[in-house]
Amino acid sequence: MYRTGQEAPPLACLRKGVTLDSTVFLANLEPIHGEEATMSWVPQPVIELIDTALVTEMTVARKDGRPMTYPLIPLWDGERVLMTSSILFSRKCEHVKDNPRVALSFSDPVALRGLHGRATVQGDATVIDGDPHTDWERVLPLWSAKEPVILAFLKARVAFPLFFERSVISVEPRRVFYWPDGDTSRDPQVFRAAAPAERAA
Amino acid sequence: MFAAEEGLRRLADFPFALLSWVGGDGYPNSAAIQPSIDAAGGRVTFGPPAGFEVPLGLEISLTGSHIRPLPGIGYDQRRHVTVWGHAGRVKDDRLSFVPTAAWGWDEATIPFPEYVERQVGQSRRYLARLSTERGRTVRPQLSLGWLTLRATRLPFLSATFIPVLIGIAIAAVHGFFDLTSAILTVVGAAAVHLGLNVANDVFDAQLGADDQNVNPTQYSGGSRVIQYGLVSLRRMATISAVMYAVALGIGLVLLLTRYSPALLIIGVLGILLSIFYTAPPLKLVYRGLGELTTAVGFGPLMLLGAYVVQTQGLITPEAVVASLPIAILVAMILYVNEVPDRSADARAGKRTLPVRWSRPTVINAYLGSVALAFLIIGGGVLAGLLPIPALAALLAIPLAMRVYEGLQQNYESPYGLMAVMAVNIRLHLVVGALLLAAYLLVIVVSWLALDLPLFVPWR
Repeated sequence: MYRTGQEAPPLACLRKGVTLDSTVFLANLEPIHGEEATMSWVPQPVIELIDTALVTEMTVARKDGRPMTYPLIPLWDGERVLMTSSILFSRKCEHVKDNPRVALSFSDPVALRGLHGRATVQGDATVIDGDPHTDWERVLPLWSAKEPVILAFLKARVAFPLFFERSVISVEPRRVFYWPDGDTSRDPQVFRAAAPAERAA
Repeated sequence: MFAAEEGLRRLADFPFALLSWVGGDGYPNSAAIQPSIDAAGGRVTFGPPAGFEVPLGLEISLTGSHIRPLPGIGYDQRRHVTVWGHAGRVKDDRLSFVPTAAWGWDEATIPFPEYVERQVGQSRRYLARLSTERGRTVRPQLSLGWLTLRATRLPFLSATFIPVLIGIAIAAVHGFFDLTSAILTVVGAAAVHLGLNVANDVFDAQLGADDQNVNPTQYSGGSRVIQYGLVSLRRMATISAVMYAVALGIGLVLLLTRYSPALLIIGVLGILLSIFYTAPPLKLVYRGLGELTTAVGFGPLMLLGAYVVQTQGLITPEAVVASLPIAILVAMILYVNEVPDRSADARAGKRTLPVRWSRPTVINAYLGSVALAFLIIGGGVLAGLLPIPALAALLAIPLAMRVYEGLQQNYESPYGLMAVMAVNIRLHLVVGALLLAAYLLVIVVSWLALDLPLFVPWR
């Protein structure tokens, strides 16, 4: 799990404006949830959707019950779906802090780069924002794999200082609805996380 | 947020929609559907996804979302829209609702930088909440170097260095040069400029002009360090005061060592103009006098100030004429930079010339002004007041034409104007550097005792 108070490694090469060698500094970043990743119960085709998707639509429930849907880049760390959000667009984080139950939809064949399956992942979300300046940097290896240009933007951090003050939303999947052919007029396959007692056993 | 009808119209452009609702177990849920959208009638009907009970009577939403993947880069063409309403059942198990609210973003209509600016208030609220949760103040951060660069707008110092160095060079051509006072002049003038830049942010924040601006660029809209919470208003005011104190101290030293009434008048006038550029009660830039103030301050005052420090009070027509094209071109930097700010400036009561004038007038006035600057250079050479090599500055005319054309093409696009503003700043820099080079050539030729005619002979 995420260790509070843990210092993120400094991105010295970025801060000094030196040419970025992404392979060097990304390799030095620690995973945001540590390294004890275990085999996920989430079915492999759904993991493939999460891994491939450039965008997921995260739906949260506002205090008055209104569903609020936000597009975010989903990153799969082996157990959870991680997403980062700038403090500029942090209302979603406020909603998650008020009610951590979320749904992530993987539905757009364009964002899924040709995959035709669809899935909705329900889960419990945690907002990681101990230090909005550096905590999120630990998901850079996953983020830059999907959006390589972000490393160039990061070098110009001075131009968008608030954009790079970010939170990480970490979603632990609880239930998955999966439509192998993307046709939601048919019943989905449903997968659930084991209950805590089952996991302990 | 925008009108529900508009949201429905936008939703109709997406190939499918994402139906979202909150289930009985408290978890949100969502699934892709193919809705039938009657944008004119303001109604959506759809078949619910198989296997789910979509709640009737509770608020549900439909979302359209699109990006275009760019392999190896990321994506673009981001747009999304969500409409909300309460579902009711119609025939054949189909559901229907009339949208009551909508929200979304399309980067084709609101560019990402503007979208970011519109969200600055949310970032403040979130950091305030984080501060409460943590029991300590949580602020955005930038390294000290970047913060200094941004808060003081350091790169704009070229507008000071050009006239001051030309003033010193002309004095040297006229036989006056003192290295210590020259260095003090450069440092003092830079301190006034940095003090002005920071004071400008302080007063614009207090008067609301920078808060209103959702289209800042790297050349316009202020440093925004106050709006972003990177530096407090009080700290910026302190930085400005320190800069002015440094300038005042250097000014006093120069007065004591190089005393002349002209230097006293120029120094006092320069500091007053820089303070009252944005400061009440004069607020010169708010009254359409910012361009003129900038021209006077960064043209004659800077150049003649540097000149009289060296000559200990002498003012010559050569120095006055040399200051005029610089004055015009530096005023044009501000003038063009005000074009993307004009809506926010108008809302804040900042009546700059681009706020007061029509688009054709603004563009034509630019052309007339830069033409006048080049005519003064040509005329100054013909009159024997400027050295013949100063004609090299006319090589910068194509830059001026690029700005003119860029203004015509990008007048309504703040981000399209960024490149135009950059060329305009380069125009001032190139003309200034070529004028300076002309005087340096005169100095070198004179030093080498070469018999070259570098001024038109009837001088």
